[in-house]
Amino acid sequence: MPLYRNLSIRQKQVAWAWGFLAVPVLFYVVIRFYPTGQAFVLAFMEWNLLGAKRWTGTDNFARLWADPVFWKVFGNTFVYLLIGTPVSLVLAFTVAFHLDRVRFMHGAIRALYFLPFMTSAVAMAWVWRWFYQPVPIGLFNNALAALGIPQVRFLNSTANALPSILAPAIWAGLGFQIIIFMAGLRAIPRSYYEAARIDGVSGWATLTRITLPLLRPTIVFLVVFSSIGFLRIFDHVFNMTTNDPGGPLNASKPMVLMIYQTAFSSFDMGYAAAQTVVLFVVLLAVSLLQLWLMRDRA
Amino acid sequence: MAIWRTGFLAAAAALGLGAGAARAEVTIEYWQYFFQARVTAMDQLIERFEAQNPGIKIVHTHFPYADYRTKVAAAIPAGEGPDVVQLFYGWLNDYVKAGLIQPLPTDRFDPARIEAEFFPMVRAMRIGEAFWALPTAVRALALFYNERLMQQAGIAAPPQTLDELVEMARKMTVVDGAGNVSTVGITTGMTAQDHHWLREVLIRQFGGAPYSDDYRTVTYNSDAGRAALAWYVALEQEHGVTRAGFMDEPQAAFRAGRAGFHIDGSFRIGALQGERGLRWGVAELPAGPDGTRSNYASYWVNAITSKAQGDKREAAAKFMEFITSDEAMQLWLEVVGELPAKPSAGTKAADDPVFGPFVRGLDYGHATIFADESGQRQIFVDMVNRILLEGASVADSLAAAAAAEQALLDRYYGASN
Repeated sequence: MPLYRNLSIRQKQVAWAWGFLAVPVLFYVVIRFYPTGQAFVLAFMEWNLLGAKRWTGTDNFARLWADPVFWKVFGNTFVYLLIGTPVSLVLAFTVAFHLDRVRFMHGAIRALYFLPFMTSAVAMAWVWRWFYQPVPIGLFNNALAALGIPQVRFLNSTANALPSILAPAIWAGLGFQIIIFMAGLRAIPRSYYEAARIDGVSGWATLTRITLPLLRPTIVFLVVFSSIGFLRIFDHVFNMTTNDPGGPLNASKPMVLMIYQTAFSSFDMGYAAAQTVVLFVVLLAVSLLQLWLMRDRA
Repeated sequence: MAIWRTGFLAAAAALGLGAGAARAEVTIEYWQYFFQARVTAMDQLIERFEAQNPGIKIVHTHFPYADYRTKVAAAIPAGEGPDVVQLFYGWLNDYVKAGLIQPLPTDRFDPARIEAEFFPMVRAMRIGEAFWALPTAVRALALFYNERLMQQAGIAAPPQTLDELVEMARKMTVVDGAGNVSTVGITTGMTAQDHHWLREVLIRQFGGAPYSDDYRTVTYNSDAGRAALAWYVALEQEHGVTRAGFMDEPQAAFRAGRAGFHIDGSFRIGALQGERGLRWGVAELPAGPDGTRSNYASYWVNAITSKAQGDKREAAAKFMEFITSDEAMQLWLEVVGELPAKPSAGTKAADDPVFGPFVRGLDYGHATIFADESGQRQIFVDMVNRILLEGASVADSLAAAAAAEQALLDRYYGASN
């Protein structure tokens, strides 16, 4: 290997580094980037998974634009995001803020909050699905009926289905957010609080002037992280509405579920790819927003 | 090293011998999706076939349903995969258009003879001068009834007409003090089998036809369609004998003994047979106002792929002939519990109290030619939900569904022809 021997130490280091990096790079190119590129190409074609692919130009996007179901689903996706993210963050912060001061059984309580995060989303979705059933098998409705209150249609209602599905999804993610918030709270130097106390600052001012501003990197991270999570919501919705996925009348259908159905029930791969491209653009926009916010801070 | 070499030679010899032995016979591959009873039945059929045809060997491959379509689509054009393949009857168009299967040779599969011997809905497998695929077994719908609930309500025999159905369902419905239904007279749910019942049975019984004969034009947006849909939603809205989504799934309610009647396919028999404490029976679907009977039938078929040529094509045709024989159908009925696709093979089943009503239903059964079954089902699900959840009128909701389904059919046939 005279070629290798003639290299400088620095060049050898670079060669080795790339040698090791080649594995993940190759993995990403073959497993991630190549199919992603294919999906973009497929978005301009028609393909039923069996026959030949056929170029259709921008037909798929035109169809998407004119499809009322797509706009309904697009709206649903943002409802999941715009309710899910703030509600889960406020809840998680409130719990973390108070849990931080609890000494009694601190570890056990924290574990209880974290438990749902470790539970399989599928199992959880099915249990909640049964909770929501009407009398005689639904837990909630049986309780209501026992109190003489009329039943509530949870899942079988165009108005209630989405919030009913969102609630366990928020609950499931809460544990993770609480842990991250608590880590953020612990990272704030105690001396600020001591200084505030000496100056006689109120609790509210301490919260809004010290705690929240110093938690900003944590909040930015959690906002972006949970936003992406809610934009990609699928398993809760699918498992709670398997008979009429995303129903009733598309009331709870998010984009990922529409893509799944288009691709794997209707075998309309090109149209599904076009939907995927739109979802990709939405997620990219959110991620760029994240970078912009982080840079602002740095 | 010596041991190595000896071992190598032995292995090579063994391989050579194996190849020599295989050369004398034709090996063909059979693919189906995994379902335990079907796999067992097919293994037994292959055993019998190989005993009768010493020159032919069948390799049986099965894998999960979820991967089925993708794998078949990838394998056949590559010259790999099955010589005989199983597919859902509704996929025939896609498979033919993609060039994955070939017509069945007419010397062994004479179209006129097949049309005379098989149940009428199998004709959907004929394109032009030849049949492209044939079923071993078929499925139909029937009315399951809960004997105990019928007894309690003083009902002697299952309903013969739709009017009787409503009357008896009313007697079996139980409402608690708070006005909540705790036992339904009849289960309903468009997401289960009801969309077939409405599409192929009720619409025809009210004097209409759901589609044109080639199933490319929606024709149910008619007086008959409106009457059928109105009758169906009245079960819940007017008569109060059912609740859509009661106990999550209709079959769950029936299994739990909380439903008097339940319309389902012959494939449900197995699950109900194991249910302790449930006494149930089966009856033909009730007749319509003018006495019309109708049913929805569906089936899985086997076809010869375009990969099978020469000797393999001949062997595949022989195998196809065997698995569509009366003997095979009888075995399939015993092992899988699915109904024979020919009346001649179904005589024994027709007298059976459980299978009988299904077999009789096959005589007047219709197999919908779906372009996209789940898409077309969704349109019916939404049609009923608009009425039950949003208060839409029957006429408006039916018109919207017809328009949506026509658009779906136009896109499917327009794009791929």
